[in-house]
This record gives sequence, structure tokens and C-alpha cells, in this order.
Amino acid sequence: MTEAGASAREWPLWEVFVRARRGLSHGHVGSLHAPDAAMALRNARDLYTRRQEGVSIWVVPAEAISASSPDEKDAFFDPAADKVYRHPTFYSVPDGVEHL
Amino acid sequence: MYGDHSGTPEQVWSHDAYADDGDADFLALIQADGRVEPRDAMPNAYRASLVRQIAQHAHSEIIGMQPEGNWISRAPSLKRKAILMAKVQDEAGHGLYLYAAAETLGVDRSELLDKLHTGRHKYSSIFNYPTLTWADMGAIGWLVDGAAIVNQVPITRCSYGPYARAMVRICKEESFHQRQGFEILHTLSNGSPAQHAMAQDAVDRWWWPSLMMFGPPDDASPNSERSMRWGIKRFSNDELRQRFVDMTVPQAQALGLTLPDPELAYDDTTGHWRTGAIDFTELFEVIAGNGPCNAARMAHRRGAHERGQWVRDAAAAYADKHRSATATGAVA
Repeated sequence: MTEAGASAREWPLWEVFVRARRGLSHGHVGSLHAPDAAMALRNARDLYTRRQEGVSIWVVPAEAISASSPDEKDAFFDPAADKVYRHPTFYSVPDGVEHL
Repeated sequence: MYGDHSGTPEQVWSHDAYADDGDADFLALIQADGRVEPRDAMPNAYRASLVRQIAQHAHSEIIGMQPEGNWISRAPSLKRKAILMAKVQDEAGHGLYLYAAAETLGVDRSELLDKLHTGRHKYSSIFNYPTLTWADMGAIGWLVDGAAIVNQVPITRCSYGPYARAMVRICKEESFHQRQGFEILHTLSNGSPAQHAMAQDAVDRWWWPSLMMFGPPDDASPNSERSMRWGIKRFSNDELRQRFVDMTVPQAQALGLTLPDPELAYDDTTGHWRTGAIDFTELFEVIAGNGPCNAARMAHRRGAHERGQWVRDAAAAYADKHRSATATGAVA
């Protein structure tokens, strides 16, 4: 690295969530670097809403996000796998019965 | 603006780690046309190949700001100037989407920029050509961005999720870039004889470099084969180049401009336009650093980065100060 000093001062990473329009929830659109939350919001506006893609932005420090591990995905999500009775299609309904 | 395919001839043509093809889960996911996400297990060579390609693509976007930035202060009208600024800003945005995608693979943006600045990473050779006249803004938008779109649309289905998602955003924005370029050339082509000649000159200079943006011919590009097996690449260099030629020839006719290839002809049996032979020795000269603007582009990039250091430092210092003030307040 020619700029070890600068690299050490790398701005933290923020994850960006945008509400595309009223009535929708915020969705993840990407990430960016910024020194603080105010600059992260401004950068997110310039980077992810140049064409009116949003009406509201959240920025979250990437290090604040806890995620499930892909390695344990089977074990972690297994409890839901054998409970097909949670879906309406599990149940048989006699012919001719409507609105059910 | 543009994807991968530069790199030194050695890099383009080398095989590496063919043995490391991934475990059964990874291969099953790829074969089912599934998407690989950042924290999944993946072969080291898959990760390295993506980092190299995405970083090179990101570098191309930000270096690509220079040839057009050159004309912002001399755009012929306020409207053209506003459009060009929006386009150059988009290129910066594309670079940032791509650096963010690369970072999901476990590298730091600062590390990638450092590799660009020290010449260890390449960017697309197309940006080592000069922009001599205003008509070059048209030719870049129409031909260079047009070629980039043909290259990039298949990457929206790339097996690596973050790269594919970044490319969806980029492709949406590129279509404005290509149309504004076409419009510039159309206006010039239908203007005075001098304006028409300027448009023709720009097309004459940019046509062959645009064809070379698709990379070396298939029989000289063995890395492509592995990238296709891994779902990083969907079509071969020659297939994409042909697609671009077939799209572009009728557009040139609509512009009233000629393409500088006396051998260009429509092949009735295949339904494709055939070009004359492409002189790839020129491409490799430019990649090797001997293009008209290689040194200037790198000097400008390094200079801009160094001159921006105080801004980055000041913003970090302000954030530190603000953070410690908040912490003190919380204690009180």
C-alpha cells in the first residue's frame, strides 16, 4: 500500500435502504462509505436516488447488522420445512365450497 | 460505462487454478442457474476472478469520467452541458456501485484504488484515446456506451448476486448515455458540412476501438471459457461483438454516417454484418501502456486522489469530533 495512512482512515461502510414510494417498505439498494450518518445520507441521495428512485432513505452502519450464517442455513431454517400445514393448500376442501 | 476485457495480454490469456472448480454445493447452485451471495462458500479462483473483473470494471467507470469531463467546460450549449455533467456523474455512480459490489467479496475499496494508482490493476483501454472534438462526445455515447450495453446486459444475469444487481442499475442508466450520444451525432450529421465532417471524423476514430472493447477473439481468450462455466459470462467475446455490429450498422445509416471499414458487408446466408479483420496488435499496444493517453489518465487520477486527501481527512476529523461530543453528552 502506498497510502497506508489514508487506508487506515477509510470511512466506515453503510448499508443503504430506500423507500421507493409511499406505501412500500424500505428495501436494500447497496452500500457506500461515509464518515458519519449525515454524510452517508447525502451520499446515498446522490448515489441511489439520482432519478427519483426514492422518497425516504435509511443508512445503517454495516457493522451493526447481524446476519444468519449461510453455513447453517439448513439447520436454521429446518423447523419451517416440515410444517406444510401452515399453508392453505395443505387442506382439501369438498367440491363446490366457495370463499374458503 | 464499460466492463472487463482489458488487462495485459498475459492476464487475459493465462489459465489459473483450473483445479479449484468449487465443491458440490457450489457447482449445483451454478448449474441450477442460482445466484451466489456474499457469504456463501465459493472457490478461491471464482472469488479472485470476480474481484479482478468487478474492480477493473469499476476502475473503467471512474477513468471513463476523464475523456468526457474534458468537454464539460466547452459544451456547445447549457442544455448539452447539463446533460454531459449528468452523464459524467452517472459514471462516478457506476464506479461506486461496482466498488461496493467488489467489497462484498472481502476486499477494501482503498486497496482496489491503490492497485489502480500503482498500475497493478487495469481499466478499459478505450479510455486511453483522446477526445479531440465535441463530436467525440457523440461517438463515445453512441459507440462506446453502445458496446458497453451489449457487454453489460448479460452481466445482469451473472451468477454473483451483488455484481448482477449493480449491473441492473447501470444498464438502466446507460440507455440514456447511448441515446444522448446518438442525438449529438444526429444533430451534427444534419448540420453544416463542417459539422457533418466533424461527426464523420469522430466515428472514423472510435469505430475500431469500440469493436476491440469486446476483448480478444474467442480462440485467444481461454479465461472466457471458465467464466462462462461459472455463469460470470454468458456469451463469448465474438458473439457480443457480432451483436453490436448488427445493431450499429443500421444506426449508422440512420445517422447518415459511414463506418470506416471498406469490407463491411451484409451476409445474406447468415443474416449478419461482416467486418474486415480487426487489428488487435493496436489493442495490445494500448493495453501495454502505449496508447495516446495512458500516462495522462493515470496522472490525472492519482492527482485528483491526492488533492482530495484533505477533504477526506477533514470529513473524518469532523465525524470524530462530533462522535466524541455526542459521547460526552451521553455521559452527562
